[in-house]
Amino acid sequence: MAVLARLDLTPDEQEQLTGQLDRILDYMDKLNELDTESVEPMSHAVDVVNVLRPDRAVNQPRTEDLLRNAPARDDDFLSVPKIIE
Amino acid sequence: MSYETVIGLEVHAQILTESKIFCGCSTRFGEAPNRNTCPVCMGFPGVLPVLNRKVVEHTIRTGLATHCAIARRSRWARKNYFYPDLPKGYQISQYELPLCTGGHVDVSGDGAPKRVRLTRIHMEEDAGKNIHDARGDHSLVDLNRAGVPLMEIVSEPDIRSPDEAGDYLRTLRSILEYLEVCDGNMEEGSFRCDANVSLRPEGDDELGVKVEIKNLNSFKAVEKALEYEIRRQGQALSEGEPVAQETRLWDPDAEVTRSMRSKEHAHDYRYFPDPDLLPLEIDEEWVSEIRATLPELAQERRNRFVEAYALPAYDAGILTQRRDVADYFEAAVKAHANPKAIANWLMGDLFRVLKERKLDAALRIEHWPVAAADLARMVQLVDEGTISGKLAKTVFTEMLEAGKGPDAIVKEKGLEQVSDTGALDAAVEEVVATCAAQVEEYRAGKEKVFGFLVGQVMKATRGKANPQMVNEILRSKLQG
Repeated sequence: MAVLARLDLTPDEQEQLTGQLDRILDYMDKLNELDTESVEPMSHAVDVVNVLRPDRAVNQPRTEDLLRNAPARDDDFLSVPKIIE
Repeated sequence: MSYETVIGLEVHAQILTESKIFCGCSTRFGEAPNRNTCPVCMGFPGVLPVLNRKVVEHTIRTGLATHCAIARRSRWARKNYFYPDLPKGYQISQYELPLCTGGHVDVSGDGAPKRVRLTRIHMEEDAGKNIHDARGDHSLVDLNRAGVPLMEIVSEPDIRSPDEAGDYLRTLRSILEYLEVCDGNMEEGSFRCDANVSLRPEGDDELGVKVEIKNLNSFKAVEKALEYEIRRQGQALSEGEPVAQETRLWDPDAEVTRSMRSKEHAHDYRYFPDPDLLPLEIDEEWVSEIRATLPELAQERRNRFVEAYALPAYDAGILTQRRDVADYFEAAVKAHANPKAIANWLMGDLFRVLKERKLDAALRIEHWPVAAADLARMVQLVDEGTISGKLAKTVFTEMLEAGKGPDAIVKEKGLEQVSDTGALDAAVEEVVATCAAQVEEYRAGKEKVFGFLVGQVMKATRGKANPQMVNEILRSKLQG
């Protein structure tokens, strides 16, 4: 789980979180006891559909501002550790 | 043992829009790095994606043209994986409840007609681009493509050979181009393909172990990669070795596929509904509105061309590959009803010019080098005997270079065909007199010399003589 989510955990944290996760999963089991046979699956917590915008390219380029938020940059690129698989 | 090949294709087609799928950034190709980006497509915390209406409409359009069922209710999912080309840590895609399901594409090519069923068509965002080899110690990321809208079109494993795969892709691309939902440009990555291929003993119903091939950037690459992979798997199976379920990358230079990652420890994408995006509800009215705007597609049009214009199926096929070419042809035929002659000029001289000037790179040719009405008029001038077929070439070249209409050119250059008996008589007499030796040969039974003599008359009249009349006059003079 930690590997999939790319979390770097100490053994203590691992133990603590495993316990917490187990309790969450137990609660899921509890929810599973409910008979939902006749209930239609919910797609979203908010009962609204079709929120759409027109197809217009309205954004002005602001590469500088955006790159200033990046941990590292190289020229106008984002720079990341070498990631060839 | 002989094996049957089973192929399924996944096509990622860029949906032709001005802005990205969930933000107002431009989708224009070839911009400076990270110019088409904003907090949404860069995955900043706290931003909210808002869906582009055109993405939905174009996907419905495609679904209708490929006979899919359009879902009444459709929703978005997060596909989780870590890779710097998607800074959010997930791709917004569709998993359950895709927009289109079922459907089929009727494939036409050199082989027998064939129906390929579709599993689904769903919408998703594209990822950014990583550049690994520009710098030694780190990779570069350009997020201009991140959030560009895509349709993923998934076929059933109905394809049985590399040729069929190529025909399916060409047919599908033509459909998307006719619908004007995708520009079909493979070089720029707006039409990409992954292939799933497996072999099974002839007659078996069960599918063999499948291998996914990526990096197929041209029709040729698809066909070659499949041929290679069929050979590789066939050899493994006949030697009793198992085929590993994996993803392989096509190397176009070495013309081999290479193992990329094993599917056994494939990513667990942990799909779940995206809480940032609301579901779609598509009512019959919306679908009908879109259905009403569907154009006649290539296949129907080709059949109509054969019927209505008495064209050979081959010509009709070529003329209807592109919607703009078919439109041009019909406009010309409307101006002058000689479909075969117009088809010949279009497929020969005009196609050559389109290629030379790279006008065919665009989805739709806006400015034709010769207007349809002018081409039609030129053919008409030939048909009416005003100019010879040979001089039509001169007129065509002049139309290209000077941009003038055919009538003006014929008048200016004095290209009218000479059909006046008196003038032709004189020209023929002259040739008969000067080429006495050849005339003797002809009279001695050497039929071939006739062509030479006709040529001399044409030369003397600078190509303007009506060749049919020259033939007749010359023959009667030589007999006399």
